[in-house]
Amino acid sequence: MSVGLISDVVLILLVLSLAVWITIARTAYRAVVGFVAYGLLMTLLWVRLAALDVAMTEAALGSGLTGILLFAAAARLAPFEAAERARAPAPALRLLIGLLCTLVAAGLAAVVLWLPEPAPTLAPLVAEHLPPTGLRNPVTGVLLAHRAIDTLLESMVLLPALIGVWSVAADADWSGRPGSLPRPPASDALTLLARILPPFGVLVAIHLVWIGADEPGGKFQAAAVLAAMWVLVMMAGLQQPPAVVSRGWRGLLVVGASLFIAIGIAGIWLADAFLAYPKGLAKPLIIAIEVALTGSVAVALALLLSGPPTRAHRCEAGR
Amino acid sequence: MSGTTLFGLGAAALVGLGLYGLICQPGALRKILAFNLMGSGIFLLFGVIAKRGGGALFAAGTGSDGDPVPQALVITGLVVAFAATAIAVALLVRLAETGGGTTLETDAQDAPAVPTDANLRGEREP
Repeated sequence: MSVGLISDVVLILLVLSLAVWITIARTAYRAVVGFVAYGLLMTLLWVRLAALDVAMTEAALGSGLTGILLFAAAARLAPFEAAERARAPAPALRLLIGLLCTLVAAGLAAVVLWLPEPAPTLAPLVAEHLPPTGLRNPVTGVLLAHRAIDTLLESMVLLPALIGVWSVAADADWSGRPGSLPRPPASDALTLLARILPPFGVLVAIHLVWIGADEPGGKFQAAAVLAAMWVLVMMAGLQQPPAVVSRGWRGLLVVGASLFIAIGIAGIWLADAFLAYPKGLAKPLIIAIEVALTGSVAVALALLLSGPPTRAHRCEAGR
Repeated sequence: MSGTTLFGLGAAALVGLGLYGLICQPGALRKILAFNLMGSGIFLLFGVIAKRGGGALFAAGTGSDGDPVPQALVITGLVVAFAATAIAVALLVRLAETGGGTTLETDAQDAPAVPTDANLRGEREP
């Protein structure tokens, strides 16, 4: 047994035991703590699968931002948990459900064991078509050139999601500021962290966008880092979340997708297809889209975390 | 057995565990957590398939040797999963605030009432 395989066995056992913890932990808060740790271990798993771009996204988004979202919700909903526990299914029913879920897992495991050999792959196709785009990171190539329509739809799906979150606000609260972020008691350590960390975070984000064309990195990873920095500043109370009626912020939200669509439509005339890039201009256009999307996605992620608007006086009272 | 196959089996177990939590946990927040667990198992399956289909094509210069198409799909999926989780949490918190309880019980009479000490807005105690 090689060292690599032993570390894989240890990693997957840790991940699975955390997953069991998330499923059976007594309170939601404990489950969320487990979920954040689980996300960080998943990051290592992605590195072992040679998917560095995915690893960075998982660390920043799957573990970090989702963690904040769930922590805030767990804290608010804690008073309901006693009533929830009374509604758990009877042990016999749980056993039956457990058996059926084991069956599903066993079916998937069988699929994994009998995957076709040699593995079907699109990698040679991507490798063949990557040089004309001027990019060297194949994942960025797939995201922004070969499957650009998926990426476009995905960057737009954040907007309906945000509209969905905002629309649960009561009418009277509409002009208020988002109030879902946890507000820990003001402490010197938090304030210091929120003042010192963001400049470095912004630098890291710029670096991630810039190298995303050639090395692992890219707009989603950078956007998640930027969003995390902004959320840190808001949680420390150094800045209020922006009001959802603000037109400037709404403009920032749509600028990335708009530029993407504009360049895509221009492609109909300049390169004979929607979302195609003219020869020789592919890389500069892709970098322009990446930069614009980074800003929009970062704002969308941070506002999704901030939640629906609440009454203005509540915001003031919370400070 | 290679590490990649091992991760594939782990992914299958994660989907099973997530499904169990989704059905058995009565609280909606726990269901959201379990659903994320299930999704993460499915992403991992994608990763395993990407790794298998990779070969050494991209080994030079990029540090990646998986099939980039499933990897790009997983990145897309992670962002969409976050957006869906944010909507689900917003709906759930609002439901709890308006007295609808935090379970999926359809019987309104039966739903647990808002506890008097509920600190729903997450405000600091004076």
